[in-house]
Amino acid sequence: MDLDFSTAELAFRDEVRDFLRTRLPADLRDRVTAGDDSRVKQDIPRWQAILHERGWGGPAWPVEFGGPGWTPTQQYIFETECALADAPLQLAFGIKMIAPVLMRYGTPEQQQRFLPRILAGQDWWCQGYSEPGSGSDLASLKTRAERDGDDYLVSGQKVWNTLGQFADWIFCLVRTDNNGKPQRGISFLLIDMKTPGITVRPTRLLDGTHEVNEIWFDQVRVPIGNRIGDENEGWTYAKFLLGHERTNIAGIGASKRELRRLKEMAGARFRDGASLLDDPLIASRIAQVEIELTALEITNLRVIFDAQNKRAPGPQASMLKIRGTEIHQRLTELQVEVTGSAALAFDTRHNDDVPRAMTDYLNRRKLSIYGGSNEIQRNIIAQMILNVQGA
Amino acid sequence: MDFLIDDELQMLEESVRRLVARDYTFSHREQIRQSADGWSRQTWRQLADLGLLSLIVPEEWGGVGAGPIGAMLVSQVLGTGLLLEPFQASALVATHALIQLADAAQRERWLPSMMSGDVTAVFADAEMGDDETRPTLRTRAVREGNGWRLDGSKHMVYHSGSADLLLVSASVADDASGEVALFVVGADTPGVHRQSFRTVDDQRAAFIELTSVRVDADARVGADANVALCATRDFGLAMQCADALGTLERILAATIEYGRTRKQFGVAIGNFQALQHRMVDMYMQVEQARSMACLAACRCAGTDAALRSAAASAAKVAIGQASRFVGQQAVQLHAGMGMSDELDVSHCFRRLTAFELRGGSTDWHLRRYAKLTRLI
Repeated sequence: MDLDFSTAELAFRDEVRDFLRTRLPADLRDRVTAGDDSRVKQDIPRWQAILHERGWGGPAWPVEFGGPGWTPTQQYIFETECALADAPLQLAFGIKMIAPVLMRYGTPEQQQRFLPRILAGQDWWCQGYSEPGSGSDLASLKTRAERDGDDYLVSGQKVWNTLGQFADWIFCLVRTDNNGKPQRGISFLLIDMKTPGITVRPTRLLDGTHEVNEIWFDQVRVPIGNRIGDENEGWTYAKFLLGHERTNIAGIGASKRELRRLKEMAGARFRDGASLLDDPLIASRIAQVEIELTALEITNLRVIFDAQNKRAPGPQASMLKIRGTEIHQRLTELQVEVTGSAALAFDTRHNDDVPRAMTDYLNRRKLSIYGGSNEIQRNIIAQMILNVQGA
Repeated sequence: MDFLIDDELQMLEESVRRLVARDYTFSHREQIRQSADGWSRQTWRQLADLGLLSLIVPEEWGGVGAGPIGAMLVSQVLGTGLLLEPFQASALVATHALIQLADAAQRERWLPSMMSGDVTAVFADAEMGDDETRPTLRTRAVREGNGWRLDGSKHMVYHSGSADLLLVSASVADDASGEVALFVVGADTPGVHRQSFRTVDDQRAAFIELTSVRVDADARVGADANVALCATRDFGLAMQCADALGTLERILAATIEYGRTRKQFGVAIGNFQALQHRMVDMYMQVEQARSMACLAACRCAGTDAALRSAAASAAKVAIGQASRFVGQQAVQLHAGMGMSDELDVSHCFRRLTAFELRGGSTDWHLRRYAKLTRLI
C-alpha cells in the first residue's frame, strides 16, 4: 500500500503543471480567481480549444475518439491540477455527459457529426432533464414528442437548465409513450437550439446570477435521426449518463483550492491583534474541514484505484458526491465566517478588494441539490451498498 | 499510488481473521473479560504461534518484519474481535520503541522473551495532564552512581498492571536541553507501585508511581530518545486507529444486520428512510475512518516526521469523531437492545468511547494538526 503518486504519476503531474503555467492565459485565470463569469461564453470555448490543441480536450475520452487515453489516476491528477491553477471548468454537458452517451449508444454518423466539435469547443451543449414537476422523480417528465413524418414535434418545458443561454445544442429527455411504467416511454433527443419554437428564459438565482434557465418547446421540429438509440428506451441512456465518470465527482482539487483561499483570507484578517489563523476557534474549524478533506481525498484515491483495477465504483461514487459537496459547502461557509460583515457588500463582487465569499456561499448551495440530491444519493447507497431493506 | 496488500500479508490477515472468528467468540470473550486478569494467556500463546508478537520485529532479528501496514491490518482484524490481550501495548508499541532505541545487547536481553510471549512490556509514557505539556515529561531521571534514579508517575497505562517490563520515559534532570531518556524497568523493581483497575472498555490499566526507583546504566535504551519516542507515539496512535476501525466495522455490520431483520409495523426497520440515511451516514464515517487509518499507517512507514505527526493527529480526530457518531447511532438504532450488555453492540460502544479518550483528546489533536498545517 502506498498513498503517494508513483514517479511516473509525479512526472505526469509536473507535465500538467508545466502546461498550465505556460498555456493557461492570465486573463482567463484571473477571471476564475475573481469569480468573474462575465465572459464565460468566450472563456470556456477558448480554454477548450487550448486543451484540444494539446490533445487533452477530453480527459476521460478513449484514444479512438481523440482522447488522451489516460488512466483514472491521470484524469484525477489533471482535474486536480486544473482546479488548483484556477483554470476554467470544462463544460461538463458536452465533454462528460453527452459525449460518453454518443460513444456508447450513438450511430457512427452521430459520433462523427458531434464528437469532434465537442472536443474542439465548437459546440456548446446543455441539458434538458428537469421539469417543473420532475426533479428527483425525473421519470415523471411530461415534455412530449409526437411523430410527424420523419420528425418529432416536441412541446413542453424544461427547468434548471444550466448555461443554456449560450448553447448550440441541448440533449433532452422527452416522453414518446404514456403507457406502462414512467421509465418506459422516454426517448433521448438531440435538439438544435436554433430550431424555431424554442424559448430560453432566465431564472434568477439567490446569488443574483443568471446561471440557469427555463426552456420552452412549442411544436419544435426534431429529425428522427437526432434520436439516441431506440424510441422509448431513453431512460437507459439517461441512467448511463448519470452513472458515467463519477470517480472525480468529489471535486478534491476545487476544495483544496477553496481551503487554500480560506487560509489566505483568515491569515489576512485580524481580531484583537492576532491573525484569524491563530484564533483557536477559527483554527480548529479550519483544521476540522481540512481533515475531512484529507479523508475524502484518500477515499477518492481508493475508488480510483478500484476503477483502475476494473472494479466499478458504482454507488461509492454517491459517497464521493455527498462528502465532496458537504465539504465544499463547509469551506464556503467558513470563508463567509472569516470575512464577517464585509461579506455583506453584495453589488461590488468583482471589485478586487471585496471578497467573493458571499456569492460563492450562496451559489454553492446548489452542490448538494444538483446531479441527484444528496438525499437521493443516500437512498442509492442504502439500496446498493447496505441493502438494508431486508427480506 | 496503490492499495495492494502483498500476498504474505493477506495470508497472515486471513489467519488472524480465522482465529478471531473461531476462537474469540462473544461468549469466549465474556469468560476472558470476567476472569481475574482480564486477558487470556491461552489466547496470548495463540497470537505468539501466529507470529503476531514478533510482527514488526525485523526479519534479521527473528521477527516477521511486517512494518506499519501489516501492523495496521492485524490491528484492524483484532479490533473486530475487541481483543483484550496486550497485543498493541507489548507487541506493537513497546516493541516499536525498543526496535528503534535498544542496542544489540539490550535487544538480545528483552526482545526474544517478548516475541515468544513469556514477557509483556508496556510503554509507560503518558502523564496526568500531559495533554497540555507533552513532550515535557515530569518524570525525572537523575544520575546516581553508575545508574539512574527515577521519580514520577505515569497515568492510565493500558496493560501495565500485568506487564513484566515498563518502558519509562523521563526527562534527564541534570540536563537543561530537555533531553528525554527511555528506561526499561522491571515491574518488580523496588519503588514501583502500580494501582491496577478495569477500564470502561474492559481492558486493564494502571496508574504507576515511581519513587526512588534505582536502575542500572544499561537499563537506559538509546541516547536522547525524543525523536524516536515521537515516532513511537505516532505509531501507537496509528495502531489504535486501526483497532478502532475494526470495531467500527463490527458495530456497523451489526447495525445493518439488525435493520434487515428487526421488524416493526410489519416490515424490517431498514425500510424506513430516516434509519437508512442514518446508516448511510454511519457507513460514510467508517469509510473515511478506513482512509485515515491507511494514511496514518502509510505515513509511519515513510520518513517525514511532520507528515507522520499530522497524519496521526488527523486520523485520531477523524476516527475519534467517527467512533462517537457511529457508536451512538448504533446503540440508538438497536434501541433497547443497544443498551443491553448481552449484545456486542454495547461492548463495541464502550471500546469506541475509550478510544476517543485515549492517546490525547480530539481537541488536543485538532490543535496539533492545526499547528502542523497552519500554512498549507
